Amino acid sequence: MKTHDAHHAPMSFWQKYIFSTDHKIIGIQFLFVSLFFLLVGGLLAMQIRWQLGFPGKPMPGGGILPESMVVDGVILPEYYIQLVTMHGTFMVFFAIMPLLVGVYANFLIPLKLGAHDMAFPRINMWSFWLALLAGLIMLAGFFVPDGAPRAGWTMYAPLSARPDLSGATLSQQLWCVSIVVLGLSSVLGSLNYITTVINHRAPGMTWFRMPLSVWALFITAILGVLALPVLQGAAIMLLFDQTIGTHFFDFGAGGQPLLWQHLFWFFGHPEVYILILPAMGMVSDIIANGSRKPIFGYHSMVFAIIGIAFLGWIVWGHHMFMSGMNPTLGSTFMVSTLLIAVPSAIKVFNWLGTMWRGNLHLHVPMLNAIGFVSMFTIGGLSGIFMAATPVDIPIHDTQFIVAHIHYVLFGGSLFALFAAITFWYPKMFGRVMDERLGKIHFWLTFITYNMTFFPMHIIGMGGQMRRIYDPTVYTFLQPQQPVNVFITISAFALFAVQFFFMFNFLWSLKRGQKAPQNPWNDNGLEWSLPNPAPHGNWAPATPIVYRGPYEFSAPEAGDADYLPQTKKLPSDPDPVPATLPGGH
Amino acid sequence: MRWWLPDAGSTFAGPIDTLFLVILIITGIALVIVEVGVVTFVIRYRARPGRKAFYTHGSTRAEVIWTAIPAVTMVALGLVSNHYWVLMKDKNSVPPNAIQMGVHAKQFEWEVSYAGPDGTLGTPDDFTVRNQLHIPVDQPVAVQLTAEDVIHSFFVPEFRVKQDAVPGMNITAWFQATKTGEYEIGCAELCGMGHYRMRGRVFVHTPEEFNTWLAQQAAGGSE
Amino acid sequence: MKGRIFSVVGGMFLLTVCGKGEQSQVQAAPPAIDPAPASASSSAGGTITGKVRFTGTAPRGRPIDMSEEAACKAKYTTPPTDESVVAGAANALSNVFVYVSAGVPAGQTFTAPATPVVLDQDGCRYRPHVFGVMVGQAVEIRNSDPVLHNIKAVAKRNRPFNVSQPNAGMKMTRTFAQPEVMVNLECNVHGWMKAYAGVRPDPFFAVSGPDGSFTIKDLPPGTYTIEAWHEKFGTQTATVTIAGTESKTANFTFAAR
Repeated sequence: MKTHDAHHAPMSFWQKYIFSTDHKIIGIQFLFVSLFFLLVGGLLAMQIRWQLGFPGKPMPGGGILPESMVVDGVILPEYYIQLVTMHGTFMVFFAIMPLLVGVYANFLIPLKLGAHDMAFPRINMWSFWLALLAGLIMLAGFFVPDGAPRAGWTMYAPLSARPDLSGATLSQQLWCVSIVVLGLSSVLGSLNYITTVINHRAPGMTWFRMPLSVWALFITAILGVLALPVLQGAAIMLLFDQTIGTHFFDFGAGGQPLLWQHLFWFFGHPEVYILILPAMGMVSDIIANGSRKPIFGYHSMVFAIIGIAFLGWIVWGHHMFMSGMNPTLGSTFMVSTLLIAVPSAIKVFNWLGTMWRGNLHLHVPMLNAIGFVSMFTIGGLSGIFMAATPVDIPIHDTQFIVAHIHYVLFGGSLFALFAAITFWYPKMFGRVMDERLGKIHFWLTFITYNMTFFPMHIIGMGGQMRRIYDPTVYTFLQPQQPVNVFITISAFALFAVQFFFMFNFLWSLKRGQKAPQNPWNDNGLEWSLPNPAPHGNWAPATPIVYRGPYEFSAPEAGDADYLPQTKKLPSDPDPVPATLPGGH
Repeated sequence: MRWWLPDAGSTFAGPIDTLFLVILIITGIALVIVEVGVVTFVIRYRARPGRKAFYTHGSTRAEVIWTAIPAVTMVALGLVSNHYWVLMKDKNSVPPNAIQMGVHAKQFEWEVSYAGPDGTLGTPDDFTVRNQLHIPVDQPVAVQLTAEDVIHSFFVPEFRVKQDAVPGMNITAWFQATKTGEYEIGCAELCGMGHYRMRGRVFVHTPEEFNTWLAQQAAGGSE
Repeated sequence: MKGRIFSVVGGMFLLTVCGKGEQSQVQAAPPAIDPAPASASSSAGGTITGKVRFTGTAPRGRPIDMSEEAACKAKYTTPPTDESVVAGAANALSNVFVYVSAGVPAGQTFTAPATPVVLDQDGCRYRPHVFGVMVGQAVEIRNSDPVLHNIKAVAKRNRPFNVSQPNAGMKMTRTFAQPEVMVNLECNVHGWMKAYAGVRPDPFFAVSGPDGSFTIKDLPPGTYTIEAWHEKFGTQTATVTIAGTESKTANFTFAAR
């Protein structure tokens, strides 16, 4: 493996920070761009909540939007469905997925494995630029004639294939193009992550000494490389139906509307595991760190990740229980879906086991990680209601589903991201984020978040459908309107509270306390490097690994309550260097 | 403001609501265990000077227990649920004496067709009514769901009935109303800008009222 | 970061600038009762008048059941009837779009009037049901009902559109760039709501009134083909020659079907 620094001429600003092939810089690029899209998604959500809380009332600031979207300040129905569509699209594809994978697979994998960089640094750079390009193409959808796509982030055909029926024309095609480009970015990234994990582990870093964050990112990468191409294929078929006269999804010409759903969800279900597994992995690292104890049941945790990933391929039909597919398929998918609850339950119990009899340091990452556990549990448990097909009948496509999605994606993934961003911030930027602001942010977010999303379970049970512009049209929903108002106000508060995080993140870049080398007293390889980590990591040297990642409070540690993976104790034998060809 | 599922209006509501409650209890127990666990541990095991964490890598026995109990529970839940699923959705479960009606979903209305005096759907004496489903109480009704343009979803909350209407498919959704009264139909699959306005009404009549209404419609219906 | 905030504001700025391309002005024009625009050509021209009738039995106008839209139903004392055939006394036929389909010298251009044609949605009906508008002339679409209407324009030569007006008082303006007979307008929330727009490059058109009569004014001398279009009974043509400022008659008789 070539070393980096030895043959580098001094790099210009552009080479170092813009067209960088350094996995850490690429991870940071993903971070800034994805946080931008997270903000975009949040702004869209605020408009959705305005309309749901105060249907038909002029929205403050609505006047700046064009008449195709807002008339006299009132959000139009066709704009509302653009909002729900693009909120989902941006959040799933351009915020959560790149924040978890684009940022942390890139940033952590080489660092935590003792590698100098990814296996294919230049392809890695392309992965970022393609993702950015895809994001810009998607954003363009708001600015083209006839406005943004509006068939939901799930883009069901025939609505999505028929501009005459949806009203969206060019943007619908741009959605497809963006997805294909993003898929390419994902696949290239996955190839890098998989290759690096298999081939570039430092001597002594056996499979079962890898941290759970890396295991999770590795398994996620496998999911990605297999699932994204399915979506790309579906998007191309949709694009062709829209533009060149094919009829894949058009029943009139022998096509099948349900085909879109099968293809989309065959991708879509592994996708949601892509959206949670890295979060789970990083939370494991952080909870072990915060508890000053090894992760409880490390091997079970690894097998649970693999089990979730494997089962994740055979549950997609649970999104289609009401679709009109053969009810027998409903039965089989119900069984597989109920079973996938089991490995998730195992993980939750193991996190609890890690905290049990620990010595809990409730630093900001730990608080957010614990928040993840308690919120993800709610999200996972609510999934059981939907898995039981008869119960899915009343709650499918209602706010109950919306509650579930947001408990796992926000209560789950986003809290994990707050934890991870704070935890690895010193490694990225050489400074620590402010602890007090972090704690204020956590508590206020936790409270307003539950106020926003928990009541959605209730109004969903009451029958409020998804993607409905004005629930008060229905007599049976009118009594619930005060709850919609409550949720809206809570959501505004939730959004406002994120200012603490935004400010903390940006302010600390320049004014945060300079970080000591190992601010969290953690065992990972990354903390044996200075902050921020230098280009090439340990190059030309390679670290040597003597133990697993979670030896907190090990007796061998002596007075310290942690024992880094790279620390050689007199009793440790030298590991045999990796003998893979080209390996170091 | 109702804090539970809507009033039961069909024979499906009983089993579904009971199943819902059972799941609520099971998940509620799990939730309490986890959340109480979290809170207790956070308080009890907070870092204090001089304390050390208990160094352990886990417990195989614990893993077996908390794998087996959820697994068994989920399998049992699946078996019970499947029984009702087959009853509600399988084509062979539709009672042979069910009254046939057609619901043709389109942007943005429900076109309901009735069999007319000859009692058979699909004959020239059928008539259609916009957005109004009239049915008799205590009798099974089988709706032939079709769609004109995009996917819609026929949803009557009180009946616990929901079924997507897919262009090119004819899907049977059956139910039996248990109370007279008026209920609403909502569309539960995004179908365009008027999705939120695809509101219909279900009128559950006594058998006599229903027959009277049928006769009235066949004689001189409206546009 | 600041860059993020700037991009958002900049993006919204772009949205405003780029999105306002097609239409935006809220017109405060008075309702135009007579769809025929003020002629821009000389006031001394020929006139074609006539009456449109039909033979046979008019189909029974079925009542429209608006019980699912209480706010609209309340506007009627007796249930409104289907508008596809509106018959008057002595089988007079309303809502027939009569226009000059040929004979206007090539290359002659006409300025579209500044006053818009007003299309009102009132009582869940389009008023007027059939109207003519010039290429480039504004059509002001109003919602006078406190319910959602969408206006879907199904057109072959013009750009189709589909926009919604969820609240009463909302107005929007659209123009058509190409001549087209007819552009179909429909509301998908209320399936009975239909309107028809005849888009013409010149002002030589009219719609027959309740007594079946129509008048096309200010025609320069020439030989013209007049076409009468009815949504159910089809089209008929006639040829009329105008020499000066006289008034010629062209009657149309459709066969009911």
